[in-house]
Amino acid sequence: ITCLVMYLFAEFDDAANLLAANPDATTISIDEPVEIPKNQHSRLQEPGREEDDELLGTDDSDKTELLAGQKKSAPFWTFEYYQTFFDVDTYQVLDRIKGSVFPVPGKNFVRLYIRSNPDLYGPFWICATLVFTIAVSGNLSNFIIHLGKPTYHYVPEFRKVSIAATTIYAYAWLVPLALWGFLMWRNSKVMNIVSYSFLEIVCVYGYSLFIYIPTAILWIIPQKVVRWVLMVFSLCLSGSVLVMTFWPAVRDDNRRIAVATVATILLLHALLAVGCLAYFFDAPELDFPAPVIPAHNGTTVITKSH
Amino acid sequence: FPGLADVSISQDIPVEGEITVPVGSQSPDEDYSTLDEPVKDTIMRDLKAVGKKFVHVMYPRKSSALLRDWDLWGPLVLCVSLALMLQGGSADSKDDGGPQFAEVFVIIWFGAVVITLNSKLLGGTISFFQSLCVLGYCVLPLTVAMLVCRLVLLAGAGTVSFIIRLIVVGAMFGWSTLASTAFLADSQPPNRKALVVYPIFLFYFVISWMILTFTPQ
Repeated sequence: ITCLVMYLFAEFDDAANLLAANPDATTISIDEPVEIPKNQHSRLQEPGREEDDELLGTDDSDKTELLAGQKKSAPFWTFEYYQTFFDVDTYQVLDRIKGSVFPVPGKNFVRLYIRSNPDLYGPFWICATLVFTIAVSGNLSNFIIHLGKPTYHYVPEFRKVSIAATTIYAYAWLVPLALWGFLMWRNSKVMNIVSYSFLEIVCVYGYSLFIYIPTAILWIIPQKVVRWVLMVFSLCLSGSVLVMTFWPAVRDDNRRIAVATVATILLLHALLAVGCLAYFFDAPELDFPAPVIPAHNGTTVITKSH
Repeated sequence: FPGLADVSISQDIPVEGEITVPVGSQSPDEDYSTLDEPVKDTIMRDLKAVGKKFVHVMYPRKSSALLRDWDLWGPLVLCVSLALMLQGGSADSKDDGGPQFAEVFVIIWFGAVVITLNSKLLGGTISFFQSLCVLGYCVLPLTVAMLVCRLVLLAGAGTVSFIIRLIVVGAMFGWSTLASTAFLADSQPPNRKALVVYPIFLFYFVISWMILTFTPQ
């Protein structure tokens, strides 16, 4: 630990020298020397408390504030400011996607994966992929359902792409905005231990939408039961990510408000899924009137023979 | 000086002559001025540049000509011809048909801008217009696929024609993606290459989908 402390002082010395030489330079924070002593400190606690801390994020919430303040030091009209939101590598994005698809019970997605480095790459491109996946799968599924009918003429239904884009991007950006505003308002009334920045909420919502991409592809199967099973399954997975993220932020509040908030989050999420299924995918059963007729003929033949 | 006493200069003799100052050779700027050349030369030079880039796209090698002398004529021509060929699609009502001209235009240009911004935000070293130029030029294989599809659809619209169209569009989609990746991937940091390549894949996939689902009236 003394070595680490010496290393810390050496780093600060160098930074101070550089800053003295060039006072206008923006400083870039170096993560490792700050993180290591905190991690060692948290490992000394009992494992039970550590899980709780992971969920609450108490041990690194002030580190979060510190790093957040140091990271976004460029003014918002420069390009470098927006580059800080894309400071992720391929493996980090893949890890976050994995975390949203396989939620570990008890682990908070934000604390575990985002860790004060929210990115806008994931939410933006997952939403874009979801828009086109839903539009293309809906078109394909309608084509397959109506395939045998002689009066059917295939149409690409391109207008639905713009509708899908508006819906999904509005959901992925306006709902986090509303939720963030609501949480800020409650924070001013009740002292919550956990609070999230706007970008972290956008991140969670964006990554939680990922499970709908394979779901939308599998919705091509024209069976009502299969579609509803898939919907419930994906709703459970992504809903659990959202619940595990936001429950610690509201549970210190009035009981009814906390439950109402989480219920609203889940309700909006379910509404999105049901709405997409209903609008983009035609129902499979409505288009097969033909099987009724042979049964009628069969019964008339039987009665005749008697 | 006794001889000089007689010298008198008449005041009627005018003094005249020529003074020439030697001028240096013509400044080198004059050679680059293209203002005086015939219009045909200007157009032919630009056309040749565009044509050379088309060749580079069809046979993608690691040459930097596409990047160095970017221009947006090629992408404009390709975009307009693709959008024009996608017209005349079937529609009972205007709402359910294929993409309108403006929609194709917006998807191609807005999509290319977004991908360029994405690669720059991720730390890429390529410039904005160079990236637009590459993405626009690599739409060429898909435009060729659209042409082939329209010709195949003239012959008939059955299952066989669909399979032919599927194979052609699939092959051209792969060609486009590989060509643009060959030019763009090198300017990215190595641990983020996949993050940059995926949006390009999505972009050409959407364009291929528009081409494949085109059904004439």
